[in-house]
Amino acid sequence: MESEVLKISNLSAGYFDNNVLKNINMIVPEKKVVAIMGPSGCGKSTLIRCINRMHETTNGAKQSGEIFLRGKNIYELHSILVRRKIGMVFQRPNPFPTMSIYDNVISGYLLNGIKLKKSERDFIVEDSLKKAFLWEEVKDTLHKKGNFLSGGQQQRLCIARALAMKPEILLLDEPTSALDPKATVRIEELIVNLKETVSILLVTHNISQAARVSDFTAFMYLGELVEFGTTDSVFTLPKHKKTEEYLTGKFG
Amino acid sequence: MLKEKINELKKALLESSNLAEKMVRESIQGLLKKDENLLEKVMKKKEPMMNESEIKIDRMCTNLIARFQPEASYLRTILMVFRINYELERIGDLAVNISESARFLIKRPEVKPLIDIPMMADISMEMLRDSINSFVDIDTEVAKNVLERDSIVDGLRDQILRELITFMAADPSTIERSIHLIRISRNLERIADLSTNICEDVIFMVEGKIVKHKKDNRI
Repeated sequence: MESEVLKISNLSAGYFDNNVLKNINMIVPEKKVVAIMGPSGCGKSTLIRCINRMHETTNGAKQSGEIFLRGKNIYELHSILVRRKIGMVFQRPNPFPTMSIYDNVISGYLLNGIKLKKSERDFIVEDSLKKAFLWEEVKDTLHKKGNFLSGGQQQRLCIARALAMKPEILLLDEPTSALDPKATVRIEELIVNLKETVSILLVTHNISQAARVSDFTAFMYLGELVEFGTTDSVFTLPKHKKTEEYLTGKFG
Repeated sequence: MLKEKINELKKALLESSNLAEKMVRESIQGLLKKDENLLEKVMKKKEPMMNESEIKIDRMCTNLIARFQPEASYLRTILMVFRINYELERIGDLAVNISESARFLIKRPEVKPLIDIPMMADISMEMLRDSINSFVDIDTEVAKNVLERDSIVDGLRDQILRELITFMAADPSTIERSIHLIRISRNLERIADLSTNICEDVIFMVEGKIVKHKKDNRI
């Protein structure tokens, strides 16, 4: 049995009168990639915004249920601590435009007032950029601003920034949908490589991407978790008719 | 990502082909050395392993197609692995057939000294080994060479049949034993045929030439 890093228990969430998530129960196993796929509006992004406690900051947001990170209820922890341990990378690359590449990577420490020795900062920057497959491309220009990089490089910089905080789990919300095919391939290779270091929850509307990179796949539809299983089994012999219909293009 | 997975698939297929070859070799060794334990091992231990291997490789191929939607050479490779996997499982079945007949024969006097059957077995196993290598190395020259050897195996099968017909006509008490010998030679000839099937597919995969169903396997 895989050990779990994240457990979602009876999670429901929405905005005002709108119920977006309905009683979600799911686990993310240790050092695995879990892909969440489903048609637009099924609740994928709301789910991960609940996980890193961004959902509650939205006007009109409501939610019930529990989310456990290594057995600890994330709603009993400070939200800033949760967001250190649960890294997030968004659809559009968003390096801090006024910061250098170097400062972007350690921005989590800078913005939280965590003091580090120079040697520690240098190590974190190099280690994180290497894990994000970006070090060789930027090692001689660390002082330059992050937004001079290409789209794919910027996204890898954002991943390095998240990795610098040594998260338990990395949430990737459609990380390649704004990138060209070559950059997408690079990010997918990175995701497969990264799971040796950190568990990953990947939201994607790209069925093929979910199939290529994930170990487990969750299919959501109209706010419900319809099916969860190994990617091999979901893509070859889905248990639920709706999953089969989605995979064969009948809707979505 | 897919390239690594295809290499894993080829490795699994190689292991399966080694098992199939071993089953054939041990079934013939069991006959020549009158070793019933060896024959039982082929039938009771190795055959279930072969069946499991077939299912495992089938599943690997299915998962790769479902997850990666391979194109061009990757797709052709996976489809070929599907076919070769099936042929290898058939070869395992043929080895079991040989073992069954061998188990009958070793308890009885020889009809004649076994010379042609070991020769057929050596050539068939070499053809099998070379056919798999031609696929793994994508080597059509090796594949064509295998096709040319098929007629040698066919010739030996015919020779065995002619000889045994003579024995059976002269001494009806040899009929049952002769039929088992004919069965063994027929199964060895089938192994050679399955190896040529693999090679025909390799040639098609690389050169686009259809060489299947040609009587003399001229290319």
